[in-house]
Amino acid sequence: MAIADETRSPSGTASVFTAKSRASAFFEAWPPVILLAIFWIVAMLVLIAFGNFFAPQSYTAMDLQARLSEPVFMGGTFSHVLGTDELGRDVLSRLIASIRISLTIAFLATLVSACFGVLLGFFAAFARGRVEQAILMLIDAQAAMPFMIIALAVLAFLGNSLPLFTILLGFYGWERIARIARGLAIAAQEQGYAAAVRDLGASPLRVYGRHILPNIASTLLISMTLNFPEVILLETSLSFLGLGVQPPETSLGAMVGYGRDYIQSAPWIMLAPAAIIVLTTLCISLIGDWLRDKLDPTLGK
Amino acid sequence: MFLYVLSRIARALITVALIITLAFVILRMTGDPATIILGPDAPPEAYEAFRRNWGLDQPLFIQYLSYFAAILKGDLGQSMRDGRAALDVVMERVPLTLLLTVPALLFNLVIGITAGIFAALNRNSWIDRAIMTASVTGFTVPSFVMGLVLALIFAVKLKVLPSGGSETWQHTILPSVTMGLIGAAIIARFTRSAMLEVLGQPYIRTASAKGLNWTDVVIQHALPNAAIPTLTIIGFMIGSLVAGAVVVESIFSWPGVGRLLVGAVANRDLAVVQVILILIGFTMVLANLIVDLAYGVIDPRLRHSTPAK
Repeated sequence: MAIADETRSPSGTASVFTAKSRASAFFEAWPPVILLAIFWIVAMLVLIAFGNFFAPQSYTAMDLQARLSEPVFMGGTFSHVLGTDELGRDVLSRLIASIRISLTIAFLATLVSACFGVLLGFFAAFARGRVEQAILMLIDAQAAMPFMIIALAVLAFLGNSLPLFTILLGFYGWERIARIARGLAIAAQEQGYAAAVRDLGASPLRVYGRHILPNIASTLLISMTLNFPEVILLETSLSFLGLGVQPPETSLGAMVGYGRDYIQSAPWIMLAPAAIIVLTTLCISLIGDWLRDKLDPTLGK
Repeated sequence: MFLYVLSRIARALITVALIITLAFVILRMTGDPATIILGPDAPPEAYEAFRRNWGLDQPLFIQYLSYFAAILKGDLGQSMRDGRAALDVVMERVPLTLLLTVPALLFNLVIGITAGIFAALNRNSWIDRAIMTASVTGFTVPSFVMGLVLALIFAVKLKVLPSGGSETWQHTILPSVTMGLIGAAIIARFTRSAMLEVLGQPYIRTASAKGLNWTDVVIQHALPNAAIPTLTIIGFMIGSLVAGAVVVESIFSWPGVGRLLVGAVANRDLAVVQVILILIGFTMVLANLIVDLAYGVIDPRLRHSTPAK
């Protein structure tokens, strides 16, 4: 029964008298799933940094003789390990290029959204009164509107380019960061250290930037980690629809989008990037949840 | 109660006004519509005529007011593709989208809430783990991957369901299930944590200490209280259904509003995009208003308290 569990002390904290092997202590602190997730993310980071070394060919190189050839495990040859697409381009090379673009965009966008959110959140906490109400209303309006629709509208009006697209995605999730930043800053500015620095004559910029921000950074970092996979999903969805990253550049979503026409004859074109999207978002979400439970159990979703 | 309802309605109206303002800002501030629509090579007289026609030579504030007035009159411009009223172009697609989203919403509420409650009541058992693993996976699989995988299995391999089109009722199954599964994953996770929170409350312990059997405790004390936070997510769900419809309708060639929007964005049919933007904004605000009012009905504490800030 659930109540019995609740009333006892949390089962995770073992008594100091329990003899425990080093290995089990290690795996309690670092669950195997999390280790795997971290391993995957590190692998992705290596691909982003050194992708060109691993890519067998240029991602735009066409080989019309070898169109739609199968990957190795489906009876293909080692010259194209993951097969080729409708123009005879090497799927593995395209996959690596796509990972680099998709994850870089998602990372930059998350950074933009965090900066924007923190700035507005702090400003609301600093100004209070009418300004705060206006910012809160903006947050509510943003939360009421599915971001994908806004993104589509902006793309319709502005057209598309890679920097614009990245900045646009940078507006995703700012309202959640702003709400959290405001709440934390209001709590922090009541505390002794903030008052002390303020009384010493520090400018608001210094109080918020040098003193309050470092103190609430861990919580903000966790909410960024939780925002990151959602940005990946948004970017890949828009690119899938053909409205995100434009050719000749490629993205994981765009690969799935072009691959879907060959779902019957050449499913590998679409399945490889789809698997990467799912695994990457899954790993980041797992790490984010784990970090949240570990560092800050009070932060609800 | 009256004050509560009134304050919620006022808030909803303000949000609608904000969304219309947003549409206006996106439309006007982000570039000269004349250059966007006519292209950079059009003769200056064409620009002049275009600006006069659309009132672009007026001061911005006047433009804003007349824009508002036009929307209140239901005049939202013409589709730039076929010259018909943009509102009609969008409205004739709405029933088709509802045909997918309403079953999807029911599907994800029924599956998601049941799974969430079940997981919470069997906390840390294998049932809980299985449901939560499925939920996390559903959370991280984008709807286009889910849709394509379902199409690959049921349309390409098993050949039991059509992969695209809108002729028969069978065509609705794959798209609604795709949207429903993803929504159910979100709802299950949320219901579970709401339920766990409630089960840890002292009044549950009291109810069970006074000898009530566990089923009654769950039905009478836990479920109504867990319903309150779960309601909030339903407003949010409708938003994700709308966004999901855009992708899913495109995958399954379903001629609803979502696919219309993708086409309109690709063709830069601004009037249609703007109608859809306002329509979705309006739907979202209405949904959130209904959720807010439902709160008042479910939670007596809110009914009697002063309106929240």
